[in-house]
Amino acid sequence: MWSFSKIANSIHEWLSQTFNATWTTIIEMVIAGVAVISLFAVLGLVLVIMERKVSAWMQIRLGPNRVGPKGLLQSLADTLKLLVKEGMTPNGADKFLFNLAPYIAMIVAMLLLAPIAFAKDFQLWDLNIGVLYVSAISSISVISILMAGWASNNKYSLLGAMRSGAQIVSYELSAGLSVLSIVVLTGSLQLSEIVNSQANGWWIFKGHIPAIIAFITFIIAVTAETNRAPFDLAEAESELTAGFHTEYSGMKFALFFLAEYANVFIVCAIGATLFLGGWMPFHIGNWTGFNNIMDWIPSSIWFFGKTFFLIFLIMWFRWTFPRLRIDQLLNLEWKYLLPISMINILLVTAMAILKWHF
Amino acid sequence: MYRETQIVSDVSKVPLEGGEGTFTINVGPQHPATHGVLHLVITLNGETIINIEPHLGYIHRSIEKMCESLTYRQFIYVTSRMDYLSAHINNHACALCVEKGMQIEVPARAQVIRVLMDELTRIASHELWWGAMAMDVGAFTPFFHAFRERETINDIMEETCGARLTMNYMVPGGVMHDIHPNFQKRVKDFLQLYKSKIHEYDELVTGNIIFQNRMKGVGVLSAEDVISYGCTGPVARGSGVSCDIRKLYPYEIYDKLEFDEVLETAGDSFARYLVRLKEMNQSIRIVEQLIDNIPEGDFQAKTKAVLKLPKGEFYTRVETARGELGVYIVSEGGTTPYRIKFRSPGFSNLSILNHMVKGAKIGDLIAAMGTLDLVIPDIDR
Amino acid sequence: MTNEELKTKITELLPTATYEEGGEWLNINIEPADWLFFAQQLRNDSSLYFDYLFCLTCIDWKTHLTMVYHLSSTKHRHNIVVKAKLDRNKPEIETVSHIWRTADFHEREVYEMFGVNFLNHPDLRLLILPDGWEGKNPLRKDFEDPVNMIKL
Repeated sequence: MWSFSKIANSIHEWLSQTFNATWTTIIEMVIAGVAVISLFAVLGLVLVIMERKVSAWMQIRLGPNRVGPKGLLQSLADTLKLLVKEGMTPNGADKFLFNLAPYIAMIVAMLLLAPIAFAKDFQLWDLNIGVLYVSAISSISVISILMAGWASNNKYSLLGAMRSGAQIVSYELSAGLSVLSIVVLTGSLQLSEIVNSQANGWWIFKGHIPAIIAFITFIIAVTAETNRAPFDLAEAESELTAGFHTEYSGMKFALFFLAEYANVFIVCAIGATLFLGGWMPFHIGNWTGFNNIMDWIPSSIWFFGKTFFLIFLIMWFRWTFPRLRIDQLLNLEWKYLLPISMINILLVTAMAILKWHF
Repeated sequence: MYRETQIVSDVSKVPLEGGEGTFTINVGPQHPATHGVLHLVITLNGETIINIEPHLGYIHRSIEKMCESLTYRQFIYVTSRMDYLSAHINNHACALCVEKGMQIEVPARAQVIRVLMDELTRIASHELWWGAMAMDVGAFTPFFHAFRERETINDIMEETCGARLTMNYMVPGGVMHDIHPNFQKRVKDFLQLYKSKIHEYDELVTGNIIFQNRMKGVGVLSAEDVISYGCTGPVARGSGVSCDIRKLYPYEIYDKLEFDEVLETAGDSFARYLVRLKEMNQSIRIVEQLIDNIPEGDFQAKTKAVLKLPKGEFYTRVETARGELGVYIVSEGGTTPYRIKFRSPGFSNLSILNHMVKGAKIGDLIAAMGTLDLVIPDIDR
Repeated sequence: MTNEELKTKITELLPTATYEEGGEWLNINIEPADWLFFAQQLRNDSSLYFDYLFCLTCIDWKTHLTMVYHLSSTKHRHNIVVKAKLDRNKPEIETVSHIWRTADFHEREVYEMFGVNFLNHPDLRLLILPDGWEGKNPLRKDFEDPVNMIKL
């Protein structure tokens, strides 16, 4: 049976036989870079068409159904259109920052793909502080939004950026605390170890109620961090027309768009890794027979299945809930989520010390 | 003669930073939340609204002036273009005014058909408003759910009147032609559809905690404010002011029908929301009472080919989906009106906007403005 | 109150008022100078209590302008119509926007459409017409716009 790790290993072997060690590393880096960029592009296309189909399904309509089979090529056509469109820079905008912002948004999203384990033994960079790396890099994305809002010389953009700044900085706390609770249970910041620790059951099942609370907090916080409805105050099209990217057009707009979907994928992948076992199949304790049957399903399918389930959940939120107001948004974080997360992490710590979890 | 206007057309000249901290943004003429070409100049301090100034006239067609050169049969068709979501009711008001002047007796069948059409229009209008309201506060899906029912009504209208939006079905003396043979069956089908779906409205939007938080305590209007600003319709009834023309000054057969005037006392956006939702149910009640009891007979009274109103002044008031519509005709005895004034509900309802959301957040402006149910051609007549 | 009762009551308040016969509501003709005082009386007198101004407009009679105020009481449910004759060359009348707030927008509309100057109006500016509108008032009978107006 093929798997991602086998393909990666065979490429590595072939390269090491053909070239010396330095060249092997360089070529492997190039391959990884190309892989990330193409994954990024494919993800954008897939998630956009998925969002449109999900929303159409919820809104009792058909969605895109003209380009390609069942409209599946619609987002490709849209991308092509955006590529050839003129990228306008408004008068009075800070040209340098205005043009830089979408690239920062995209680079941040790409960097975040590095430590994610897509399948068994298939990971770009298994660094030992993976969780810390993810939370550190993901908070940079707010800079791109602030930059875009400030540089546009548009008051709608500025308002959107300011909202987004307040929002992301606040929700970073509960996201961090809920991630920390899994780190406490595992005792490691390395993503591969976190996945391996779930070989006898996922943390959401093993960690009792505190893990479920952490999971819910995490989902709420990352929905807010990725600026998705019901927390899409930075865009809030009925209030601020398009918020921080009001002035963007063409490919620069598409980059923001892509970065948003890549961020959604990444946070869902992190959520799946921490709480739902990443690529780890569904195992129950020591039921070897059952576990072996589950292992028949390839690990990459497990990973993408869980991730896309979480993505579907976030899309479901978007097409169901109305938007919060800015003060309600901050109230939710500072008055409810943060205290709950703090108490929760104490519970988790107690649980980890007393070894109450399975 | 005119004083100079003080419109902030170049917003970049208004200081963005500085001690006072206020700045101005233009919401509209093209903006997703204004549902048309309404232009609001908003002074903000951060996210807090300090002042709102509406600028109107982007689609002003001067219907009042136009009507002065149209005959009493012709001018009714222009009025469909005022409040296009209650086109039937606009036509109805004009027809009533002409009938009042000419003292035409409308046959019973025509009266029932008119009331049926009015109530169906009211439901369709509230459906659209419900969807747009949810969209204003950020939920997209309800819009499509509302359209599912609204399209059914539009289909019924299309079959009988030949048009879906600007029907021009009411004429002085009755209705233009008889109802389609399928009309009763399709209205009953619609009633069934509506009843099987109405619980979704509450499940999807009304009961949603985020929605309630967005709407409750926002844009509170006292009863005195509402009367003083001349607000009517659900806006006034949300503050507990009884103002339903169908009850207070009944026209056609409304005095013989059983329905309640929906009143809420909270005066906030949520109260106005509830009033409209409940009003749809009352309209359904009226339709149910009438749909099996359409009397036989003429659908139009016999009138002269050329209508001439006697010298005098005639005023009729009807209840549209948005509030009280007044038609004031001044006649000099000719074939065209000397002067027509349309007292449109939207114009007065808009005037309260500044008073309503001063000191609130931008998000509240959208949530409160949505409940005013502004239709811009109604304001810019 | 019925129209007759209203008539007696209003005659007490304003003896100079004259009445028009016909029409479903009581039509009262007043002098523009009396309007502010009369309006306050109508609004504040507890037996009249006209708290709802439901229509405010103007009619151009070619020789003069007539301001028409339709008033209603939400407490007693009676209606009256008040009319004031204005000089067509220099139309001026006191504002009532502080008594009935709805008059604010309606008076601005009449101001630009008929050129009636409302004295002491807090914010008498163009509302509907575009900025810098020069020339005549669109709803006056002698207004001509050969480009946009179609005459039958």
